[in-house]
Parts: sequence; C-alpha cells; structure tokens
Amino acid sequence: MAAARVSIRPDDFDLGAEVAALRAGDGGVGAVAAFVGTVRDRNDGAPVQSLELEHYPGMTEAAIESMIDEAMRRFRIRAARVVHRIGALAPSAQIVLVAVTSAHRGDAFQACEFLMDYLKTQAPFWKKETGPAGARWVDARVADDAALARWGIAAGNAAADRTGEPPAKR
Amino acid sequence: MKVAVRYFAAVREALGRGEDADVGAGADIAALRDALVARGGRHAEALGRERVLRSARNRVLCAESTPLAEGDEVGFFPPLTGG
Repeated sequence: MAAARVSIRPDDFDLGAEVAALRAGDGGVGAVAAFVGTVRDRNDGAPVQSLELEHYPGMTEAAIESMIDEAMRRFRIRAARVVHRIGALAPSAQIVLVAVTSAHRGDAFQACEFLMDYLKTQAPFWKKETGPAGARWVDARVADDAALARWGIAAGNAAADRTGEPPAKR
Repeated sequence: MKVAVRYFAAVREALGRGEDADVGAGADIAALRDALVARGGRHAEALGRERVLRSARNRVLCAESTPLAEGDEVGFFPPLTGG
C-alpha cells in the first residue's frame, strides 16, 4: 500500500527518503519536483529565535488531502506527498515538504507550486515567532493571496473581508 | 441549537480552546459570532468585527453566511500562516 499522502507531525523529515518512497515501484515517473520550506533567522527585519507552529487537528489533514485531489485534477501527476511540521522549530529547521511525481517535468513543477500556494492560505496553520522583543503571531501576507490568485482561486486570507469569504469555487 | 466552538492561535490565547454555545434555529456563523461578541469582555475583544477572522464549519473553511445545524463544530481563527 502507498504511504499516506499527508503527514502533520513534530518530527523532521528526510527529503531523499521521502522522494524515494514517493516514486518507489512506479516506472512511469520521469520527473520529481520537491519544495522544502525552512525557518529563516530573520523576519520583517527582526531576529527570530524560534517558531511555534499550531494547527487545527483533523481539519488540516483533510484540507491538504482535498488540495492534492485538486492538483490531481489539474495536472498530469502520478503521486504527491505533503509533510508539515508542528510545534517548536529552531531557525534553519525544515517546516514543510511538498513533493510531486509526473512523467514529464512541466506538470511536476506546476503541481508542486500549486500545492504550496494553496497550502499557504488554505491549510489551517498559524506561526508564532519568538525574538529578543518577545513573541508575536505572524501576519498573513497579501502576496500569498496573490500567489493563489494566479491559479484562478481567490484566497480571501490576508485580504479576507470581515465575513470570512472563502475562495471562489471554480 | 447547540454547537461546539473551537478557537485557534491568538483567539485561543484569549478565550481558551473552545466552548459550547446555544444559537437560534437557522443561525449562520455570523449570528453565532455576534452572539459570542455580545457576551462582552474578552469575547468582544477577541471576536469583534474590527478583527479579521476566518471560520470553518465541521472542519471546512467557509463564509460566515454558512448556515449551522445542531451539533456542528465551528472554528474561529486568524488568517492562516502555514508553509
């Protein structure tokens, strides 16, 4: 049986092992695209000493599963895997992995970016940074809403109106 | 009708992980939020309309115009910042 497509957990991940597992036994794979997000040591000009990741258990997994379903509909990909860490993370630590396999590179590149753009504004995670000045919740970025808009989906996250309008259905 | 309310991130820090709430039949998420704000104090501070919040019904992101049903789980939280 194939490994689960989504893993939300405190533990770190190994990019090589994840990619090997994703394409194991599939001779039709001709391309693998993988993105790894990591903790910067500065954000908005201030030093970051640690990052705390909170999520909505149960909802997070389901939301990302549906994003992968959508990526499967939009692109000719063979498999996808998303790992997202939660809890306390130090600068330089890995936060998130999105890996996609396909026959040819175009679909793998695009689906990987699509999934990452989707996850940024539609998966229920929240980051809290701690620096010399104390702890603060990270603000959502309008640029992340714009990134999802390129795929024809209104994010309604950083730029949400006060009624919490969701992304427009395509 | 009774619904289970859950809070995350800054809203959780202000109000705790969640609570049960009672709203009239046919209420939507906006009506629930208004009822919680009407409790005043920390609720008014954390959930007031000057705050941009997102919401979920039964663990799916949705607009506040979404109608509720008995036993629903409703989440209130700030804009999302994962990845």
